[in-house]
Amino acid sequence: MTPEHSTDPLPVLRGRHSYASVSDQIADVVLTRTPRWWYFAFFGTFAGALLFFHAVGYLFAVGVGIWGVDIPVAWGFAITNFVWWIGIGHAGTFISAILLLLRQEWRTSINRFAEAMTIFAAGIAGLWPILHLGRPWFFYWIAPYPNVMDLWPQWRSPLVWDFFAIATYILVSLLFWYMGLIPDLATLRDRATGHWRRLIYGGLALGWRGEARQWQRYETTYLLLAGLATPLVISVHSVVSLDFAVGNTPGWHSTVFPPYFVAGALFSGFAMALTLAIPLRAAFRLHDFITARHLDLAARVMLATGLLVAYGYLVENFMAFYGGNRYEIAMVENRLGGPYAPVYWTLLACNVLIAQALWFRRVRLNVCALLAISVVINLGMWLERFMIVVTSQHRDYLPSSWGMFYPTVWDLILLFGSIALFFALFLLFMRFLPAISIAEMRQELRQEGQAP
Amino acid sequence: MSYGLLAEFAGAEALLAAARATRAQGFREVEAYSPFPIGGLAAALGRPRTPMAVITLLGGIAGGLVGYGMQFYSAVIAYPINSGGRPLHSWPTFIPVTFELTVLGAAFAAFFGMLIMNGLPRLYHPLGQVKEFDLATRNRFFLCIRARDPRFDDAAAFVTGLRPLRIIDVPG
Repeated sequence: MTPEHSTDPLPVLRGRHSYASVSDQIADVVLTRTPRWWYFAFFGTFAGALLFFHAVGYLFAVGVGIWGVDIPVAWGFAITNFVWWIGIGHAGTFISAILLLLRQEWRTSINRFAEAMTIFAAGIAGLWPILHLGRPWFFYWIAPYPNVMDLWPQWRSPLVWDFFAIATYILVSLLFWYMGLIPDLATLRDRATGHWRRLIYGGLALGWRGEARQWQRYETTYLLLAGLATPLVISVHSVVSLDFAVGNTPGWHSTVFPPYFVAGALFSGFAMALTLAIPLRAAFRLHDFITARHLDLAARVMLATGLLVAYGYLVENFMAFYGGNRYEIAMVENRLGGPYAPVYWTLLACNVLIAQALWFRRVRLNVCALLAISVVINLGMWLERFMIVVTSQHRDYLPSSWGMFYPTVWDLILLFGSIALFFALFLLFMRFLPAISIAEMRQELRQEGQAP
Repeated sequence: MSYGLLAEFAGAEALLAAARATRAQGFREVEAYSPFPIGGLAAALGRPRTPMAVITLLGGIAGGLVGYGMQFYSAVIAYPINSGGRPLHSWPTFIPVTFELTVLGAAFAAFFGMLIMNGLPRLYHPLGQVKEFDLATRNRFFLCIRARDPRFDDAAAFVTGLRPLRIIDVPG
């Protein structure tokens, strides 16, 4: 390709804007009257969230017997959903931290809502291991604290590492997100008219004034947090993958798992970010800020990470034969032709075949096609996690203890309920907090020379 | 008692130039407010460095030491248990948690250090009484010469010469 083709001619911002117009347009999404569709969307998803809470209550009352899990498949939907959600929760911090350090200016329009997505997804992910415990009221035993039982966690277990990785990730993402919000909360405080809004946004803004010295410390700290979050993003899904890879189950005991999981996390995270961005910009007419450029670049990241994931699939199967371990070979043959083979072939179709459409610029710039591909990739990545979790357990070393896993209606209610809860939380976020970083948009205008 | 004299500007370049001129004129107690960070503004006001990196480093070191120390204490001293014949002090398996707590300690130190250094949260500020100052978080840039500056008596005449959009006397 010639340099003219490789550098994208699409602009990061569309139209003519001033500091006032970006501030007002983004802040007014929050400060003006709630649109009618929002109520329908929120109460629809909130009904699903209530169903989720109901299923959780029933699970706590009755126990994990309401699920399809049994021996040999003791990790069913709960762990699949856990890995899926935590993967979705990766794109936000990747966009905010890594792309910030790499000076990718286009991230400015999408980092805020991607971070919100990260926090909600990681929070929901953190619920699954707890729900999955037979006695969830003892989950705090994994935390190290001096107790009358004189017990301490087993530090050599990846499950304990996972607790620390997820907890740290949620806390650091929350700090990063809130810190980015502080100047924008001050904008809302100064622009809001109602007494309560001024009080609430003013309280949350912590008295931010935008003094030069404040900004200097703020910017340095923001970069430092980005630098800290960067290895953290990589570490979280690596540790999640060790939950599997440290065990000696065929199909799990593989050194490719950490990078393969991280690539899969970014792949599904960008797919979810696009699934949210496309309706978001249409609903609030944010086409000037979330432009075709953003969708195009996010689609390219999806294509690249998708290829890494495809490489992971290839290496997994190759290594089974190259290693010559008969149990690994049997596992691969079972994966390709066993009872769960349709899951494997469907996920290959979603994640490897359909994702190749993103090579074409026309597809990347077609909003409907891009949304459809993103949803398909979300589905494919869920199936991938199901494949990893279930296929390896249902047939391992002893044929006498082989078995099947079939989900029950409660498995499905919890999965779809968690998706509804995620969208309900995201709708609340969109309504009450600025979905795009206003302060960074102003900075962007100055750098582009659009404003003095 | 006055808090200071506030001058309003329309752009980042104008504020930067005004800040440089004010410092060059010999004023010492000068503050500048902008709706987004402006590179070099703090330096123009004579504050080129921040201690944030050092604070973050110390937080990270503290987090890492606490993390490793906690694991060493519990696995070797408080609850020594033979796990698959591994040594009690099996340090490679202690690294993931040490890493996570290093990041956590550094992030907490960075965030809360930034808030404390910036004097936040702050419920009241004299500038909050100035209606026009609401635009400092929208599209206007402000320079403030504090009343405690030894040369404050010359401030009014000097600020007029900077040709700001508006000059406001901020009550203390």
